[in-house]
Amino acid sequence: MFGSVEVGLIYAIMALGVYLSFRILDFPDLTVDGSFVTGASVAAVMIVGGANPFAASAAALLAGFAAGTLTGLLHTKGKINPLLSGILMMIALYSINLRIMGKSNVPLLQQETVITKITAAWQQTGFDAVLNQLLSFTGFAPRTWAILCSMAVLTLVVKGVLDWLMKTEVGIALRAAGDNKPMVASFSANTDWLIVFGLGLSNALVAFSGALIAQYGGFSDVNMGVGMIVIGLASVIIGEALFGAHSVVRATWAVIGGAIVYRLILALALRVEFLETGDVKLITALIVISALIVPNVWAAQKEKRRKKRKAQQLERGEPVAGAKTNYKSI
Amino acid sequence: MLELKRITKVFNEGTADEKIALRGIDLTLSPGDFVTVIGSNGAGKSTLMNIIAGRLSPDTGEVWINGRNVTTLKEHVRARYIGRVFQDPMAGTAPHMTIEENLVLAYNRTKRRTLRLGVTRQKREWFRETLQSLHLGLENRLTAKVGLLSGGERQALSLLMATFTKPDVLLLDEHTAALDPARAELVTELTKQIVAQHNLTTLMVTHNMEQAIRLGNRLIMMDGGQVIFSAEGKEKEELTVERLLEEFQRIRGSQFASDRAVLSS
Repeated sequence: MFGSVEVGLIYAIMALGVYLSFRILDFPDLTVDGSFVTGASVAAVMIVGGANPFAASAAALLAGFAAGTLTGLLHTKGKINPLLSGILMMIALYSINLRIMGKSNVPLLQQETVITKITAAWQQTGFDAVLNQLLSFTGFAPRTWAILCSMAVLTLVVKGVLDWLMKTEVGIALRAAGDNKPMVASFSANTDWLIVFGLGLSNALVAFSGALIAQYGGFSDVNMGVGMIVIGLASVIIGEALFGAHSVVRATWAVIGGAIVYRLILALALRVEFLETGDVKLITALIVISALIVPNVWAAQKEKRRKKRKAQQLERGEPVAGAKTNYKSI
Repeated sequence: MLELKRITKVFNEGTADEKIALRGIDLTLSPGDFVTVIGSNGAGKSTLMNIIAGRLSPDTGEVWINGRNVTTLKEHVRARYIGRVFQDPMAGTAPHMTIEENLVLAYNRTKRRTLRLGVTRQKREWFRETLQSLHLGLENRLTAKVGLLSGGERQALSLLMATFTKPDVLLLDEHTAALDPARAELVTELTKQIVAQHNLTTLMVTHNMEQAIRLGNRLIMMDGGQVIFSAEGKEKEELTVERLLEEFQRIRGSQFASDRAVLSS
């Protein structure tokens, strides 16, 4: 359970990237399956080669950005349909990732990673003892709080930067490009470059998350990205269903929450004896399906109850409409 | 201000669906001119608008705005000089963004977009003042999503967004056609006010002859990709719907006759 929250926080960065392409740009970008591994591979290879793990993670971010801009160029300049641009880039990245790693799996177990560095630094501070003491009445004491706290801070920083960016002049144009593309051109914004930039940013976050997951899990594998887009979507959809998405700030909270909830559901599901690790993808699909269907069923039932109430009110001779605004509406 | 030089446009050239949309349009608007354009479906009005805005490129001919040849400029580059309102109230605004965010997008039409905060306190104050001129109470709903507004409100907002940055040329593409008569009347009145207030050079396409006569200082009638009639000044003021219809019959009728003469000889 504790591990689920840790992993959930790291995957939340990927989910924020998916939210940017899928929701803000309205671009179903399948590049994610490939760029996640690209991030993991670049970081793993650099760390094995002796690079600073923080620099390696930053390089992963840039590699993801490059992959995303290529998908964007395929779509905007090559006039290829969004889904197909993503699929083409995903399949191309599979080979590129193999090239980067030189083999299908790079282990990181003996290496200095961001995770080990942070944990080591954290242990010097003695926060673990304080936190465990505070929670001693629960009888719950994890190995270390280092990863949970540092990843929470990191995810919140990413969220903060994304929120701020979406409020800038460029960010507003970017959101408008996803909302009403023809209109944006009539207000002299170059939609092509906005989409390229947005997809670059989205895949940069995805690759960064991939780099962290590789360091957390202790390996990078060429197949670790399979189904990543669905996991990202699951987080976005669960988050929106549970926490709402009225504004960007609210939606990014929801996406982070959704990523954690998804991991918790998965962990709980895997405790069921009948299910095995191989069923993860099936469970994921079922989670997404129910997150898509359940809110609709709820809304329909709510509407039914509302109508029934209205009918009863009418029978009792009560006024039907409530107070309305005092503006003349046109 | 706006100058069209021998614009032609053919769609699907060389196929069975070939359609000559524009046949050598020459049109010059002086600063402050408000020209209304009428014509039946397929007359080439929308094609003309799209060519001026840069969404379509002409086969031959040139578009000049404010002394610059903009014929080869892309739509988003040219948009620095042009404000535009579309027929569809949904087309001119971003529904999932707030009123103030839509206004910021429009505000940046003539400026380079930066990584600075879009909605500042100063801008919000200015938006509030500007929205008051619409008398719709929108100034109190700055953070409402535009998708929640009615068609009339959205079209009024679109009009404001297209004009408050004072474009060199304002293009109105049947912008009241999708509204019910009362809302259409309101948006027409707003158009009149705003164009007069900023003295905007305006080209307005409409299906409504009465509206075309009432607004603007010039009127042109298009048919078959040509300007077949134009009136300005006193002549325009004295126009009536009946006269326009007569005029149309006269010009097109005679052409029809001459076509027949050519064919039968």
